[in-house]
Amino acid sequence: MTEIGILAFGAYIPRRRLQRAAVHAVNKWFAPGLSGLAKGERAVANWDEDAITMAVEASRDCLTGLDRAAAGGVTLASTTLPFADRLNAGVVKEALTLPDAVPASDATGSLRAGTSALLAALEGKQTRLCVASDLRKARPASEGEMVQGDGAAAILVGQGDVIARVVATYSVTVDMVDHYRSSGADFDYGWESRWIRDEGYTKLLGGALRDALAKAGIDAALIDHAIIPVSVRGVAAGIAKTLGVRAEAVVDSLTATVGDTGAAHPLLLLATALERAEPGQRILLAGFGQGVDVIVLETTEALARLPARRGVRGHLADRQEESNYQRFLFHRGLIGLERGMRAELDQKQPGSTLYRHRKAVLGLVGGRCIKTGTVQFPKSDISVNPNDRAMGTQEDYPLADRLAHIVTYTADSLSFSPDPPTYYGTIDFEGGGRLVAIFAEVSADDVEVGRPMRMVFRINAADEQRDFIKYFWKATPASEGGQ
Amino acid sequence: MARGIKDKVAILGMGCARFGERWGDDADTLMVEAFEEAIADAGIETSQIDAAWLGVAFDGINIGPSGIPLSIALRLPNIGVTKVENYCASGTESFRGAVYAVASGAADIALAMGVEKLKDTGYGGLPVRSRGLLFDMVGVTGSAPGNFAQLAAAYRTKHGVAKDDLKRAMAHVSVKSHANGVRNPKAHLRKAVDEETVLNAPMIAEPLGLYDCCGVSDGAACAIVTTPEIARALGKLDLVTVKALQVSSSNGWELQQAGGWDGSYFHTTRVAAAKAYEEAGITRPREQIDLMEVHDCFSITELVTMEDLFISEEGQGWKDVRNGFFDADGTIPCQIDGGLKCFGHPIGASGLRMIYENYLQLLGRAGERQRKDPPAIALSHNLGGSPIQNVSSIAIVGLEDA
Repeated sequence: MTEIGILAFGAYIPRRRLQRAAVHAVNKWFAPGLSGLAKGERAVANWDEDAITMAVEASRDCLTGLDRAAAGGVTLASTTLPFADRLNAGVVKEALTLPDAVPASDATGSLRAGTSALLAALEGKQTRLCVASDLRKARPASEGEMVQGDGAAAILVGQGDVIARVVATYSVTVDMVDHYRSSGADFDYGWESRWIRDEGYTKLLGGALRDALAKAGIDAALIDHAIIPVSVRGVAAGIAKTLGVRAEAVVDSLTATVGDTGAAHPLLLLATALERAEPGQRILLAGFGQGVDVIVLETTEALARLPARRGVRGHLADRQEESNYQRFLFHRGLIGLERGMRAELDQKQPGSTLYRHRKAVLGLVGGRCIKTGTVQFPKSDISVNPNDRAMGTQEDYPLADRLAHIVTYTADSLSFSPDPPTYYGTIDFEGGGRLVAIFAEVSADDVEVGRPMRMVFRINAADEQRDFIKYFWKATPASEGGQ
Repeated sequence: MARGIKDKVAILGMGCARFGERWGDDADTLMVEAFEEAIADAGIETSQIDAAWLGVAFDGINIGPSGIPLSIALRLPNIGVTKVENYCASGTESFRGAVYAVASGAADIALAMGVEKLKDTGYGGLPVRSRGLLFDMVGVTGSAPGNFAQLAAAYRTKHGVAKDDLKRAMAHVSVKSHANGVRNPKAHLRKAVDEETVLNAPMIAEPLGLYDCCGVSDGAACAIVTTPEIARALGKLDLVTVKALQVSSSNGWELQQAGGWDGSYFHTTRVAAAKAYEEAGITRPREQIDLMEVHDCFSITELVTMEDLFISEEGQGWKDVRNGFFDADGTIPCQIDGGLKCFGHPIGASGLRMIYENYLQLLGRAGERQRKDPPAIALSHNLGGSPIQNVSSIAIVGLEDA
């Protein structure tokens, strides 16, 4: 088999879903015109998430049941990368504990970055993990705030037992500036929505889809899943109708539940489609942004054999309603709250130390003594086993994907947290190893001695003095939603 | 076991500053206040001091590094002054330095000082600080109450104690210390509280409420030590001697070996206690120890410490606490001076403050709070760090013949 195609998919949608009505209730005095959008909910990343952490979680979901070593390369596509000059995909690579001998690159520049990365991977020969992730940021009381959402999706591309093969690809590039964000700017500037709809979506996107289908010689009516990632109501359906795509084939845009996740959205919808597709079905995928990418795929029998994963479905089910608009604004840095002296803690993360301990810090790799089997975190020269102080006997032992159980815990209201109280405690990993960890996404009912926890990659703290984000792993209840 | 230091060193004099919010004073003033009492008690001249140790934990925030701040504040005669820092055991560590110097014969008279000026940090509670580069990357920078609060969930789970029962036992610890603090003119907090007040206080770190936490205070305490022979030559009749000094530091076992430690107790305290009892020749601590000052940084800490010191049976400490075993008029009073909870907790001074109270009680000089049946053997205990990674120190002092 030398055919290149899709080997696996994964998704990540943050657990909190901000109720749009709660947003509008606060802002309607100023922006009453947004009332039409004040329905449903949108996914909001927690304060300790960003495009990198969400990409890691989507990638882990994608790699469920697969040998990590298969990922011969990583591309992280995003328009909201936390670092302008530090390979963001490099952090993802470390968190996934992929070997050093893998190429990794960031793809950015437009909301089309996700499909462009996927296109490039499909045209290559290596197995490559294409992950797209965006944490959208819009001004309060803007349309963007209402329609956008945060999330990530990962697609593993390669040769072998593909779950979907490529039927056709097509790409056009046109410098149509429907919206833009200058380097260093916080928010998008958008042009008139009617112009974008008519000239952008209908003519440019619709035209490219028509041309792509014509080039491939595929009858639009044979498309089973059409991904036209436009959140403006009726646009995707209108384009589909014009093309001759069956109405029921149009993949739900997740507008009501997640919101538009930007560069991640086409891949997130592709994950949705792959979740629902039967073998032998055709998927039409488009990405829009200063041009259009079109990819036509056909699912295979291997799709049915793909190991179960949380996927979009699992993440949609694992939701927590959020009606606290002020908390959302604070977590986005859009309002300042008095954080107190404990927020002043200055902990520099020296580059040399992080580099030396990158496997432990970014990959949660501990040590296992080859003599006694004792597992510990972090590794050390002399084993922690008090009955056998073996020296230099520890091999790498990844802990991130192991289930853990709470040994003890507290909910700390004194230490600073953007989302108090801080839940943390001691956890023991199945198979050995112990950690004192912060708990993510928990409330009082989630914590008790013995409860199962799984690890998630999160922001540990932001060094505001040096503008550096420090990442580490946190524990979250294992029983919440999905697998 | 090593030969130990039992009865090799006597306390010549002690002093303690009034603890509290000493807004008008620097650390220097507090050290001088403690020192003046101690040297008057010792009946010697400053020039007779051969060596000194200074215990202070937040040096960067209050007095700066090295032993120089002590040397300057007391105008010591260019002797060696060593600064020690071992979290909340710093005060006891300075005492250990001075005692060991005398026991070795390297010094005839040595000074131990502990001081902390916490109220200039601006924090309610202890300031947060780095614990080293790797820890800062992978550890949880929780608050002190958050770190110690974790004892509770593990303790009640292990011993099958209902949440409410444990909370009430913890409350009794605080009610007791407040009642004791009322009778101590040097204590920071001198107001009694009732159990309901403690139970209904705002939550600081589940399940520790406000009254489950000790305050942070400014303060200093000081000891001057020498050999029993020199003490007698200087005219001292009733001698309080050092029976045992033990320190145990975590070696990573609690944190790193899953399943090894259950989070409900202090491994280091048990190690230090066993060694201290052996050094002091104590075989039945529940019967032989008359008085205790333990590191009651939080109510749950005092409760589990009663078991770690082998005073209460494992899993029964909460019952002893509720039954008044450790009350001022109980079998073994614990924190008869108000403890960290109410006397206060200026980190570097606390270990010496405890020894100070024990010293006063042993000599019958504790005033209104003096234990009626006079104690002969008294124990003090400190914990620094957090349950999962800590240093534990124990000092047993007693009448020379006890």
